Amino acid sequence: MAPELLLLALSVANYAVGALAALIFRGMVGRALVAVGALVGSLGTLALGAWCLATGATLAFAAPWLPLTGLALRADGLSAFFLVVVGLGGAAASVYGFGYSAHYDGRYSLRLLGAMFNVLLLSLAIQVLADNALTFLVTWEAMSLSAYLLVLVEHDQHGTVRAANWYLAVTHAGFAALVAAFLVLAGGDMTGSFAAMRSATLPPATRNVVFLLALVGFGTKAGVIPLHVWLPMAHPVAPSHVSALLSGVVIKMGVYGLMRVALDLLGGGPPWWGGVVLGLGAVSALLGVLYALMEHDLKRLLAYHSVENVGIILLGVGAGLMFQSYGLPGLATLGFIAGLYHTLNHACFKGLLFLGAGSVLYATHTRNMEQLGGLISRMPRTAACFLVGAAAISALPPLNGFASEWLVFQTLMGGALVPHPEAAIGMAIAVAMLALTSGLAVACFVKAFGITFLALPRSAEAERAREVPTSMQVGMLVLVGMCVALGLTPFLVVPVLSRALAGLGGLPVTPIGFSLRLPFSVSGVTGEMSPLLVGVGVLLLGTLTAVVLRGVADRRLRIGDTWGCGRVGQTPRMEYTATAFAEPLRRVFAELYRPTEDLSIDFHPKSKYFVRSIAYRSEVEPWFERLLYTPLLSALRGAAVRVRQVQAGSLHLYLAYMTIALLALLVVARWSR
Amino acid sequence: MTAAFVMAAAQGLLALFLAPGVVGLIRWLKARLQNRRGAPAWQPYRELRKLFQKEIVVSRNASWLFHLAPFVVFASTLMVAVLVPVLAAPLPVDRIGDLLVVVYLLLLGTFFLALAGLDPGSAFGGMGASREVTVAALAEPTLALAIFALARGAGSTNLGEIAARTMADPLSAVSPGHLLAFAALFIVMLAETGRLPVDNPATHLELTMIHEAMILEYSGRYLALIEWASALKLLVFFVLLGNLFVPWGLATALTPGAVATAAGALALKLGVLAVAVAVLETRVAKLRLFRVPELLSASFVLALLAVTSSFLLR
Repeated sequence: MAPELLLLALSVANYAVGALAALIFRGMVGRALVAVGALVGSLGTLALGAWCLATGATLAFAAPWLPLTGLALRADGLSAFFLVVVGLGGAAASVYGFGYSAHYDGRYSLRLLGAMFNVLLLSLAIQVLADNALTFLVTWEAMSLSAYLLVLVEHDQHGTVRAANWYLAVTHAGFAALVAAFLVLAGGDMTGSFAAMRSATLPPATRNVVFLLALVGFGTKAGVIPLHVWLPMAHPVAPSHVSALLSGVVIKMGVYGLMRVALDLLGGGPPWWGGVVLGLGAVSALLGVLYALMEHDLKRLLAYHSVENVGIILLGVGAGLMFQSYGLPGLATLGFIAGLYHTLNHACFKGLLFLGAGSVLYATHTRNMEQLGGLISRMPRTAACFLVGAAAISALPPLNGFASEWLVFQTLMGGALVPHPEAAIGMAIAVAMLALTSGLAVACFVKAFGITFLALPRSAEAERAREVPTSMQVGMLVLVGMCVALGLTPFLVVPVLSRALAGLGGLPVTPIGFSLRLPFSVSGVTGEMSPLLVGVGVLLLGTLTAVVLRGVADRRLRIGDTWGCGRVGQTPRMEYTATAFAEPLRRVFAELYRPTEDLSIDFHPKSKYFVRSIAYRSEVEPWFERLLYTPLLSALRGAAVRVRQVQAGSLHLYLAYMTIALLALLVVARWSR
Repeated sequence: MTAAFVMAAAQGLLALFLAPGVVGLIRWLKARLQNRRGAPAWQPYRELRKLFQKEIVVSRNASWLFHLAPFVVFASTLMVAVLVPVLAAPLPVDRIGDLLVVVYLLLLGTFFLALAGLDPGSAFGGMGASREVTVAALAEPTLALAIFALARGAGSTNLGEIAARTMADPLSAVSPGHLLAFAALFIVMLAETGRLPVDNPATHLELTMIHEAMILEYSGRYLALIEWASALKLLVFFVLLGNLFVPWGLATALTPGAVATAAGALALKLGVLAVAVAVLETRVAKLRLFRVPELLSASFVLALLAVTSSFLLR
């Protein structure tokens, strides 16, 4: 048997064992078996992806004998790359999940959690290998439903059911769009292979329709603004290792699907396709981070950052599509590489950050940043891991976020070569939006890390926090290692990614250079950097400074109080809060946020100069819900009321409907022959 | 090749030891313009020496991050000084980091300094950190567009290549795109290095303060490192303004004569920019914090015009 089939069988078998074990065993044994199944399965998935990328092997497997599924699998470079993403995210989440799910024992259903976790991983792995519409759609739905059940695990918590319902509704609207897209694309035969779709020639109007439907379908999954509303609701309420998987991996399936359909199956299109994707990406990136800034719920903040990062990925992909249609294949490849690189990086640092937030939640039982603080001394390892993740997502060199954002910047700067000024200036504006996004991300993660981990604890829970179990630390450390490794070695990653893209949508097999630095041999654009040397340089200079200082400077150190303007005895109430930290930016972007403020002060009856209590509330207006979704929902409700008249509960009426429907179908069948 | 790396290290060191002098020069010029006698230009060196000889007081609430941050800030800024063309271009270090690396390395310093501001848990530190990151974030788009305008002319974000391209085509230095980008970058420089009208480097007693509030808890050698790094950051911006937009004088070959000329040209450019900043700081008042975004959006518009004009006027 070929090694790739063996690896596939290994990972499917382990996921299945993990899922079954969850149903049979309980307690510690159950959790361990679930984690081992998911871990070995994920490692198998990872190995399969890496093997296919390294050797260029293509896996092909069809099982027409399975009834109703038309199962057909095939791995090309793109699938292999996404297998790596799934495997990596899955492996870290499953190790972490072993420790994390311990406190669910007896409170929530570990059976559901363990089984669905494995089913989700299994459907993700099969999803990216799907080679016909039916397989793709069935696994897509399996992924969505298992994710839905995972979101519902903590069903008795406030807001969980509502979030899960939103997720279910939006994801099914997207699914409907996908079914329509594939029906058009496959010409009605859902078991027709992707190869047939690639070679089919559709009229331009049909292609546009397919593209738009796919954009809506995959955009809902990826959380593109304005289809993102479910994401900041659903991701935070799931168990944290599941949140890591949802944000790190599941939403990337939207990116995968978009690239598969727009680039591979349709083979690219007119420039406006890329322009729309680019625009959506820029808007999602900027608005995502702006809303994240206003969040004081740690996991919701991270969820909004997923919207932002999907935006950055789409900037790369959209620019790639645009360059492809302008006949600049080198730049197009660069854009897709940037998008894929950021996909992988985001899976690592966002997974890491969600796991870190999960550790905080595990130790303090709160996600509200205003209740946290001082955790750096109580949970030093979690704090260090979270700091690495925060620096990586803020695109600080030499970590991985920087490497991919640098590539996105370089791609967009290549826009200067497009002979159409509107496209070129559009890309310049995208550069500015991306820059603002990354600047705001720095602000947001200074807030997220600074308020959560630094200074004095703001609540008794934070005061009592202790470091989390080893398995959870290991899960985070794996991703810390990946953030550093992927950041330092773009010269290794980029050639692999260019191989993953080879042959898609008529892109040339571009040999993108391999050297210690990260150059690219794309005509007209040059730029070079080496995060490795920059990192080594900063480290050397820092060490050198410390050594020189030991010799030259005074070494006395005294521990004292924080300066409190003469007031002795520092309390947490003197600290800056998350709300206060974000206040300047809330004022600057007041037009967008439309904040409502509510301040009530209880003065001492004798004098206005003594305040007995003060209460401040501020909320940001959720625009999208109001302008887009409220009208939509009320229209839907209206329609539902009207439909209810048809469905009146009378059995006779239903029998009459059935008879009428049957007769109508017979007539149609007769007539259409 | 070795000579080139020695040159890179040398210009990093030169920048490091020149930086406090430039700050001192600006202070002295400002004093003269305001009819004061003023401390001599080498006063900052004395201050650094004094700080290095003092003991440090650290808050009992501070964590290891507070001790790490000064080194990260200093090392990352020094790394930037090694990368930018102070005396000679192009050098092989150009290939280690381009303009984007320069910008993000400076952001790395800001990130750690802001966290260190929050670490001791004082309201001042938090306020300073919050404002510093706000200003830094709002300055980013202008910086990126100015880079875009420069890179568009040179076809590269490589620092040496940008300087070389302008030298090869002197007319491009007075093109509208170039001039507008220069103006935009100048405003961003004022914001990023905490000069008037964005921040007042001379005081840490006002509630309008930004940078000085953030580092209020630092003392002794840590404060010295931070002060030195901010002086170096100012010098780096001066070098970018001077040597990317007006690259003449930069040594293109590593001969003693060329390097001497480059040193002279550098002194001249730094002098002109120092005078400009001193005059500006004497003429303008500090803006209210919430007027700063307006200034930064003005610089953004300038940068956008720079990019647009480079497309329309080619």
